[in-house]
Amino acid sequence: MVAKSLRRGGFIALLLVGSAVAGTVTETMLDNGMKVIVKEDHRAPVVVSQVWYKVGASYETDGITGISHMLEHMMFKGTEKYGPNEFSEIISENGGRENAFTGQDYTAYFQRLEKSRLPIALELEADRMRNLTLPEAEFLKERDVVTEERRMRTEDKPTSLTYEQFMATAFQTSPYHHPIIGWMDDIRNYDIQDLRRWYRMWYAPNNATLVIAGDVEATAVIAMAKEHFGPLKPSTLEPPKSRKEVKQLGPREVVVRVPAEVPYLLMGFPAPTVVTATEAWEPYALEVLAYVLDGGDSSRMSKRLVRGSQIAASAGVGYDPYDRLQTLFLLDGVPAEGHTIAEVKAALLAQLEEIQQAPVTQSELDRVKAQVVAGKVFERDSVFYQAMQIGTLETIGLEWQEMDRYAENIRKVTAEQVQAVAKKYIDPNKLTTAILEPQKIATATQKEKHNAH
Amino acid sequence: MRTKLILLVVGLFAAWNSFATPQIERWETSNGAKVLYVHTPDIPMIDVRVIFDAGSARDGEQGGVAGMTNGLLSTGAAQRGEEAIAEELDQLGAQLGFDSLRDMAVVSLRSLSDAALLDRALTVMSDVIHHPVFPESALERERGRQLIGLQAQKQRPGTIGEKAFFRAMYGDHPYAEPSSGTEESVKAIKRSDLQLFHSRYYAGNNAIVAIVGAVDRKRAGEIAEQVVGHLPAGEQAAALPKADTAKPGEVIQIDYPSVQSHLLMGHPVLRRGDPDYFELYVGNHILGGSGLVSIISEEVREKRGLAYSAYSYFSPMRAEGPFKAGLQTKNKSREEALKVLREAIAQFIEQGPDEAALVSSKKNITGGFPLRMDSNKKIVDYLGMIGFYDLPNDYLESFNKRVEWTTKETIQDAFRRRVRPEEMVTVVVGGKIE
Repeated sequence: MVAKSLRRGGFIALLLVGSAVAGTVTETMLDNGMKVIVKEDHRAPVVVSQVWYKVGASYETDGITGISHMLEHMMFKGTEKYGPNEFSEIISENGGRENAFTGQDYTAYFQRLEKSRLPIALELEADRMRNLTLPEAEFLKERDVVTEERRMRTEDKPTSLTYEQFMATAFQTSPYHHPIIGWMDDIRNYDIQDLRRWYRMWYAPNNATLVIAGDVEATAVIAMAKEHFGPLKPSTLEPPKSRKEVKQLGPREVVVRVPAEVPYLLMGFPAPTVVTATEAWEPYALEVLAYVLDGGDSSRMSKRLVRGSQIAASAGVGYDPYDRLQTLFLLDGVPAEGHTIAEVKAALLAQLEEIQQAPVTQSELDRVKAQVVAGKVFERDSVFYQAMQIGTLETIGLEWQEMDRYAENIRKVTAEQVQAVAKKYIDPNKLTTAILEPQKIATATQKEKHNAH
Repeated sequence: MRTKLILLVVGLFAAWNSFATPQIERWETSNGAKVLYVHTPDIPMIDVRVIFDAGSARDGEQGGVAGMTNGLLSTGAAQRGEEAIAEELDQLGAQLGFDSLRDMAVVSLRSLSDAALLDRALTVMSDVIHHPVFPESALERERGRQLIGLQAQKQRPGTIGEKAFFRAMYGDHPYAEPSSGTEESVKAIKRSDLQLFHSRYYAGNNAIVAIVGAVDRKRAGEIAEQVVGHLPAGEQAAALPKADTAKPGEVIQIDYPSVQSHLLMGHPVLRRGDPDYFELYVGNHILGGSGLVSIISEEVREKRGLAYSAYSYFSPMRAEGPFKAGLQTKNKSREEALKVLREAIAQFIEQGPDEAALVSSKKNITGGFPLRMDSNKKIVDYLGMIGFYDLPNDYLESFNKRVEWTTKETIQDAFRRRVRPEEMVTVVVGGKIE
């Protein structure tokens, strides 16, 4: 599984925010440098176990893009103790659901289980942290699976291709230039030695965080974690190089012409995250800016562009304050019938210019705060999501307590601060634009009677 | 290898017997809507879901009218217009959602349970359900957006395949078309069609209300009355016709310039509440329903590396919902993958499940039972389904028992009677073989 960047708005509606009233969270560090965090939630007799590694697409270099994701697939292909796929069979027999996901800044593995099964998941995860066999025959088949995954997720999806080209244009020296799943030619050319090197380099207890959430007792879980992960030897880690994005010297544009039906516009401006910000309040002000523009049906984009002028069939804004490296403030849109990409672009940018000139209103700020407060309560309904937040924050170099500070930091944002970040970061010279220009699709249908069997 | 497995699953039957399924209370509103309620006091929030038997199966000759009616509910009501509805909900931090499927038209609210906030959110929800205005201007705008949505479907080979698949399976049956309608039918929808559809199907006797959250039984009763209680009692929508495979054995090849081919095969099989449900569900869990450990995934992905996703499932519906198996593979592999998929299904029907696989699947299903309802969201999903499809009160309590009762013989028998490869419709959407 590949986790795409989180975007609010027209196409992907996801938002990373913290959990409200802090439930009981306990953390400890094992002697080998592995962090263990337990979040108790006693509503149902279930548990989520997640192991997060500080490695992902943004740790990769040219020629091996996507290798973190390829290794994620290989983590199911057996250790000295358990054969290929046996991990999944054991979890399944124990009533579990499991999978893994790779992002720009992390690779994570999870199981959801009835609570008494937790030791089984911990034993298996500890085993594959250090003892993967990486058999070549399994690797060659799985590499084909990953090429199929890339075809499914990207090659045949015009908007995904546009996003990929957009990122490769907006980021020139930052590793966010590369897609998480990797370029097809790189995928085809990995060899088993590349995988073995990547595994040895990053899979160690001192590069991992174990997050457990659910109907468990922290002390018992920590004892269990010590038993299974404690004996693992740490590695000497070489932290990733800085690879800061170069300063953008003028606007950039990329056009994607592929078989498609509906035009699509994607724009972005370089923006700081909670990790990279030199002014700590700025990411929260950018978050409020994103909410004012695209947080609910009453937000400006929906109200003015979709319903008011009806220039856009959809219009959205995306910003993720929790990326490890400098990110983008994103805008996207689809023109309504009779309107053009140029009109949508002008209309989206006009919304930002307006905020540069006149501060957002108090009622808009109140609305954003109400939504954030409610959102913090709603997210407590998902034990998995709470664990996700803890794991993400720890893995990008923050601490889990950030999820409890988020709402307070949003509450403190003023209209002047929103205006200030709009002025500072929405700079026409820093704009990257990607345009999907549909090329006509020819289709034909044939029917026949099937008489096999 | 097996020894280790056995050691690891010791104590398997210890825990879930004590797991209490949510206590469902049921009653009816004054106008005949069925209410299902579960009290979950831990988080100060509530989910209210109203489901009408008003999905696109009720479109008749007017494809898309059900979806458009549902989608336009929030574009204006008696007490407040579209902008005021949006403002009010956002200021409360409440989420009001609309969804239109083949069987169901859904209106769902998620709100804080704080009395003042909740009351205002419910007022909006009640207003849009009882008194939608369907303004002409909103209809024109949403029609335009719907047409762009339909156009966008044509750049997704998977969606092209899915639509062709349902048309070939269902022919003249109301399930043939999705709730989005066709370009032609969407262009023909008039405001009066929406008003008529609303007055016919948004009725007490045609509604289910599911409530989960931090409100007591008395308040839940008031909430149900508030959100649907003033609709006319009306009638329950008529039974849907039986669905027989419209074009049995047809193979449809659609050329599309994609690098992957999308394969789909299946035929209409299963109604909700069908006596064969558990046999088919457990059997399919082994065949193609359990992710990487299922037979289809093993054959297509693990052994041959032909696809990222290869699966099968039953979609039980009001009328016969489909058995569906599918995968996506590079164009060059599509013949091989189709052959593997067909053989896996045929062999499973012929030989029935392997005993060891049956034991494993039962352990997965029963052992994972608490995961099915570990959040308010999942509980309200279940309540909606149980209420809408009129499943028995003990559906959840008896779930594991019914799974345990299935055997190799009963599963094989059910598959032989119900799943017929020679009848299956096959759709292949893809590009040139390079």
